[in-house]
Amino acid sequence: MSLQFIVDGLLTGSMIGLGAIGVTLTYSILRFSNFAHGDFMAWGTYATLAVVSAIGATFGKVAPIGPLSFGWPLIVALIVGMAFTALLALLLDKVLFARLRSQGQAIIVVMASFGASMALRSLLEFTFTSRPTYFSRAIQIAMPVGFGIRITPDQIALLLLTAVLVLGVHLLMTRTQTGRAMQALSQNAALARIVGIDVASVVRVTWIIGGALACVAGVMIGILVQIRPFMGFDMLLPMFAAAILGGIGSIPGAVLGGLIIGLAEAGAVQLIGAEWRAAVSFIILMAVLFVRPIGLFGVRER
Amino acid sequence: MSEIVLDVRNLEAGYEPGVPIVRGASITVSKGEIVVVLGPNGAGKSSFIKAIAGLVPITGGTVFLDGKDITAAPAHTMVRLGLAFVPQTENIFPLMSVEDNLKVACGILERGEIPARIDEMYAAFPDLIRQRRTAAGNLSGGQRQMLAVARALIVHPKVLVLDEPSAGLSPKFVSMVFEMLAGIRKSGVTILLVEQNAKAALAIGDRAYVLVEGKDRHEGIASELWNDPVVAELYLGQRPLKAEKAPHAGEGGAA
Repeated sequence: MSLQFIVDGLLTGSMIGLGAIGVTLTYSILRFSNFAHGDFMAWGTYATLAVVSAIGATFGKVAPIGPLSFGWPLIVALIVGMAFTALLALLLDKVLFARLRSQGQAIIVVMASFGASMALRSLLEFTFTSRPTYFSRAIQIAMPVGFGIRITPDQIALLLLTAVLVLGVHLLMTRTQTGRAMQALSQNAALARIVGIDVASVVRVTWIIGGALACVAGVMIGILVQIRPFMGFDMLLPMFAAAILGGIGSIPGAVLGGLIIGLAEAGAVQLIGAEWRAAVSFIILMAVLFVRPIGLFGVRER
Repeated sequence: MSEIVLDVRNLEAGYEPGVPIVRGASITVSKGEIVVVLGPNGAGKSSFIKAIAGLVPITGGTVFLDGKDITAAPAHTMVRLGLAFVPQTENIFPLMSVEDNLKVACGILERGEIPARIDEMYAAFPDLIRQRRTAAGNLSGGQRQMLAVARALIVHPKVLVLDEPSAGLSPKFVSMVFEMLAGIRKSGVTILLVEQNAKAALAIGDRAYVLVEGKDRHEGIASELWNDPVVAELYLGQRPLKAEKAPHAGEGGAA
């Protein structure tokens, strides 16, 4: 078999992994499965697209950076999109999740996230139609890098971006007071308050990180595949599978889980056929739940 | 021993409205004292101390810390106000290292002060320094209790409040924990603790209160209370209180 599946798998895995970080953080800190997380991705991507278009309308055509398919407008737009998605997540928490959370029943919050997911998705379809769109229609030439593997400059840039973001979030979680407060809150909420942690502010940081990374994952899909209102929703199963495979609450686990699922999907496409791609996440999810429900880096609850 | 640090007046508290577990309890703690709150099972001791720490809703009465009314202060502001609480169980973050358990509590300290403060805690609790990289969940019961106390002390509290520090420990660790508390008091920290183990607590305490049915029923010098017949009666219920009711559900559930 061709080793090309490694590049494809790492890319898909990066998108899944970045999304899974948000899923795993929301689950471990706010204690609910946020099914609207995929729609944060899609909203972030459309927001980024809108900013790119606005910049294009103002400054005219901007030359791409080096061999990449995009120029500085996309980078600026991505940063704006990340901020927008973080705000969207904060807003949704304020008007919906926070109120339900205070009533103390997790399942209601989960159901509300289903509803929010549908509403957000429908709004996108209503505004932008369900027709796929693209950041760029330029075709990039993939460079051979040996062993029969080809990779485009965009793909290299996005893999590097993923690595930087994951490292950044990992350092934030393990080396800063904010990160320690997040860990503390996920392990024992009552004790976190006792040691002086303001739960509301930690919850805000959680949404900001999750939302911003969801936007990056969405834009990656937009650059490498296409932009559709369903793009994020379709990532839900792989993202949850990655978060559970990695062990809920673990950032490195979510990313590694994403990469494993990405590689498994890409391998399955080559070996069995593309129609089995979607089954891979499902099979891995079931296998983890049967064999090691706490995941790779998970720890049994007390 | 005159300056009152903690002044609790007619405290009423409970998880559900209309079902008070603490029913008008009053105590004072003066600077440098160890004050012990004793009481039979279900007396509301744990709820009483949790209410002071902001963890059980207060429905009546007031709590003053250093003259300041902290009755309505949310739990997470207590360390800043000067009250550090050590819960009875689950009082450490099990998946974080010992060092991170200490660091996470340093939110109100100046950034530059933190490393020195952590070193001071290691100096006071040498057992912890050997385990600094260990996940706190792997510590022994006694070491966990040390870590929980060190974490509370790290923010220079005006008063250290402990909920049954000896609960669930083997006898060897029980005496270790009480020796530790006596040592902490010597360093000038004011301590309020709730205890089931009356003998050990009275041995290190200055004054003690007996809480029955959510109300302070008796008060005295700690060393005299052990032989005080009133305490035995309150404890064993030989002299009927208002009524021989079953203990309130709150204590067990709140523990």
